[in-house]
Amino acid sequence: SSVLEGLKYANSHEWVKHEGSVATIGITDHAQDHLGEVVFVELPEANSSVSKEKSFGAVESVKATSEILSPISGEVIEVNTKLTESPGLINSSPYEDGWMIKVKPSSPAELEALMGPKEYTKFCEEEDAAH
Amino acid sequence: ISVDAVKPSDTFPRRHNSATPDEQTHMAKFCGFDHIDSLIDATVPKSIRLDSMKFSKFDAGLTESQMIQHMVDLASKNKVFKSFIGMGYYNTHVPTVILRNIMENPAWYTQYTPYQAEISQGRLESLLNFQTVITDLTGLPMSNASLLDEGTAAAEAMAMCNNILKGKKKTFVIASNCHPQTIDVCKTRADGFDLKVVTSDLKDIDYSSGDVCGVLVQYPGTEGEVLDYAEFVKNAHANGVKVVMATDLLALTVLKPPGEFGADIVVGSAQRFGVPMGYGGPHAAFLATSQEYKRMMPGRIIGISVDSSGKQALRMAMQTREQHIRRDKATSNICTAQALLANMAAMYAVYHGPAGLKSIAQRVHGLAGIFSLGLNKLGVAEVQELPFFDTVKIKCSDAHAIADAASKSEINLRVVDSTTITASFDETTTLDDVDKLFKVFASGKPVPFTAESLAPEVQNSIPSSLTRESPYLTHPIFNMYHTEHELLRYIHKLQSKDLSLCHSMIPLGSCTMKLNATTEMMPVTWPSFTDIHPFAPVEQAQGYQEMFENLGDLLCTITGFDSFSLQPNAGAAGEYAGLMVIRAYHMSRGDHHRNVCIIPVSAHGTNPASAAMCGMKIITVGTDAKGNINIEEVRKAAEANKDNLAALMVTYPSTHGVYEEGIDEICNIIHENGGQVYMDGANMNAQVGLTSPGFIGADVCHLNLHKTFCIPHGGGGPGMGPIGVKNHLAPFLPSHPVIPTGGIPQPEKTAPLGAISAAPWGSALILPISYTYIAMMGSGGLTDASKIAILNANYMAKRLEKHYPVLFRGVNGTVAHEFIIDLRGFKNTAGIEPEDVAKRLMDYGFHGPTMSWPVPGTLMIEPTESESKAELDRFCDALISIREEIAQIEKGNADVQNNVLKGAPHPPSLLMADTWKKPYSREYAAFPAPWLRSSKFWPTTGRVDNVYGDRKLVCTLLPEEEQVAAAVSA
Repeated sequence: SSVLEGLKYANSHEWVKHEGSVATIGITDHAQDHLGEVVFVELPEANSSVSKEKSFGAVESVKATSEILSPISGEVIEVNTKLTESPGLINSSPYEDGWMIKVKPSSPAELEALMGPKEYTKFCEEEDAAH
Repeated sequence: ISVDAVKPSDTFPRRHNSATPDEQTHMAKFCGFDHIDSLIDATVPKSIRLDSMKFSKFDAGLTESQMIQHMVDLASKNKVFKSFIGMGYYNTHVPTVILRNIMENPAWYTQYTPYQAEISQGRLESLLNFQTVITDLTGLPMSNASLLDEGTAAAEAMAMCNNILKGKKKTFVIASNCHPQTIDVCKTRADGFDLKVVTSDLKDIDYSSGDVCGVLVQYPGTEGEVLDYAEFVKNAHANGVKVVMATDLLALTVLKPPGEFGADIVVGSAQRFGVPMGYGGPHAAFLATSQEYKRMMPGRIIGISVDSSGKQALRMAMQTREQHIRRDKATSNICTAQALLANMAAMYAVYHGPAGLKSIAQRVHGLAGIFSLGLNKLGVAEVQELPFFDTVKIKCSDAHAIADAASKSEINLRVVDSTTITASFDETTTLDDVDKLFKVFASGKPVPFTAESLAPEVQNSIPSSLTRESPYLTHPIFNMYHTEHELLRYIHKLQSKDLSLCHSMIPLGSCTMKLNATTEMMPVTWPSFTDIHPFAPVEQAQGYQEMFENLGDLLCTITGFDSFSLQPNAGAAGEYAGLMVIRAYHMSRGDHHRNVCIIPVSAHGTNPASAAMCGMKIITVGTDAKGNINIEEVRKAAEANKDNLAALMVTYPSTHGVYEEGIDEICNIIHENGGQVYMDGANMNAQVGLTSPGFIGADVCHLNLHKTFCIPHGGGGPGMGPIGVKNHLAPFLPSHPVIPTGGIPQPEKTAPLGAISAAPWGSALILPISYTYIAMMGSGGLTDASKIAILNANYMAKRLEKHYPVLFRGVNGTVAHEFIIDLRGFKNTAGIEPEDVAKRLMDYGFHGPTMSWPVPGTLMIEPTESESKAELDRFCDALISIREEIAQIEKGNADVQNNVLKGAPHPPSLLMADTWKKPYSREYAAFPAPWLRSSKFWPTTGRVDNVYGDRKLVCTLLPEEEQVAAAVSA
């Protein structure tokens, strides 16, 4: 599964792309691959707040229902409403069309604690080996 | 002639426990033990082993004929009075074709939950019919496939309102025109969610606090009034409040449906659609809602999808919500349905059709109208003037005197208060019954008319603004099976699509699909058990009461507990009830802060869901490499939370199929830190007579009577989940607002936590099944059952271990009554997943074992004691043969994508098609084992596409033209 340069990763398999004052959040290719085909996504409302390592939504696949944890804290400024009609975007395009929320980070320092691409790749390999 | 030769020849245990003594020894030797007892000694830890179990009654076990005689005696102690009590329970004519061919038919009652869609299309269709009945009659587009009872359905709706408003508004208002048991069940449930329930007269309902998430009203009301809720709903919505309406299906055939008032959620019971009252249940409750809230709907939902060839096929939708209940985030723990009863209700609607149902409703309404008019003419009592459907409310000077007089004519009325009576009419009421009522109310004065003579004068009481205009049940299925031949054939057509215990073993781990013996089932349809209203005076149900007493005693002996509540209607309902008992206990000691619940990661998903519903904070503890609970982690968690520890939830033997050695130590750790031990009784079949929850150290435990104690699975319900407790918890066992009840045997003190179910003794009608099982087996037969269940599992594990890795074992290398085979390796070596193996098993005539639980990528097999060695061998042969098919892929002889496993199951429509492009033969696809040549169960569809159906949720019957469209677009 692919891991992109320039993104930050959480050990619960979400990615963050930080551009200016906006951070876009989604789940990784590794995560969508393990979940299988996504059939429904539950997302927060715009203007709500999310907190680091707290659930902001859920992904339902035919295999499991999983909570999605926010890698950072902040205010939700936009939600990917396309996922309501086309949850499969998470499988086909986890890093682009399958993004979930855009957040205005409240403590950008939290981003520093997340993993980089290399570190995350290693993390996935180790996690798979443990199972 | 020896004395033994003339002893009764119809003893039961040898019919239930399949292995003969010779086979037992042979199988034990195969497992490396010289005798079954040495295998058991090596498997069950010594420290928790019971010396023996002895019953105060039935210890030697009754024979089958003695059992029937005993049940006849009990039945004769029940007095069936004509019930006019109403309150959500009505007498009904169970169409005999449905009684015999569904309710009394093992091909319908022994089926499992339809997880394996390809061999379940029959009951899936029937459940889809049920959902269509509910959506059509309520006027809301989404329905689930049934809930446990009307009270809990209302409580689920309350939780939905809380979720819809994201927990921001913490008051739920219940109108006082709801059934008292519904109000009480909601109040109990609200506690754990930290919701405040306010009951209020309809006209006084006030949303001005701004804190109200939802409001529940009854339509028609519990005292019969039929009100126009249009303005009420508008006002609630204007205040941001969701409206839940409890309703009555028969009334909705003539009344404007709740959906047309704008109700958000509609709940009720389908009991009066041909399901007996049964002293409280089981019945199918329902919950319908709008498209907007469909993904918040609790319970099972049947949906339409397509199979591998693009044909329409049905399956359970959104299954992962159930299998992987969102643990501590859960807002419902429901994980079953009332499938058998929902199927009966659906068939009742199919049999009568829209016109037939309407004429039943009009007849009931007519009789109520005659009664109302007659009372007015008699002038002895004042009849409520509001419009009514089937329930007439009467003001009189002495309600109790009238009820007593009625009782002398074997009639039960509802006494609302000292001057108010209601009389509810139903399908079984006759003109003669109405005449009898006139006599009762006339109290000795002559009645100058007959019910029949009044009929022409009676006016329809329902105003035109509340008269139903919209059509319902227009689908052909509800309009073509109105003769008995047609319905008989429809029932058999559906039944032939479904695999049940009539065909082969269903070795589902953690589900205990054992024999449901005919003698156990027989009393369930006797009128002296079926026709009693749950709120009938207890004196009329002495047969039932005697059975409850005996059963309570027997279950206490089996579990090592002191008192039982028979109220919870399912395993998860028992979990919830048990934890609420623990909560009430802590509170009674002033320990309001004790709210931490420790749950192993390997627990059933319902465990954390139940704990969350009790407002508990969940701490998860891990397992070690051998699958055992990590005791040091439990100790640390308990000690770190010792000030707030409420409980530990633990399954024994473990969900991994192992008797953990340290279970007594785990119980001690919890007790030392101020907590209570909740034992999940799912695996009780491995304990009976060998050890017991009470002996091990648990304080409370639920029993899945539909697993260990022979209540059939019914194709996905009914279940029963009574709870047993130690003395110190007994006072808190659930009671009931109409018929007070509590622990059996009754504890000295009582401080009940409230009602858990709508009926005082839950699904009383199916208790004879467990009762007769225990009484016929006796203590020896039950102990043998546990031993043979363990022997059978070990025998299968031994046969399979050369072919599949067996995942967990106890210290001496044995497994408990179930075991896990590991398929994870095959994903890499052959691209094969558990689903492929389960689907291929269908081609061999079997239902797959439990898939991917408790460990993803595995199968869990539980044979039970009732399967013969020949059947165990046949199942093992099938799995070994499938292993060889996997090997062919591994060796490169079969394609990774296109092989006999990926192509499974193979229905006749695929095998008989003119074109066949698979790289293996049709004959091998269909007949991979010799026994299939003489008799084969055929799956009716190709593999069902779960993704398609879950993305495009359709949960009602489609018009025929749309069915084609769906197939084409797929």
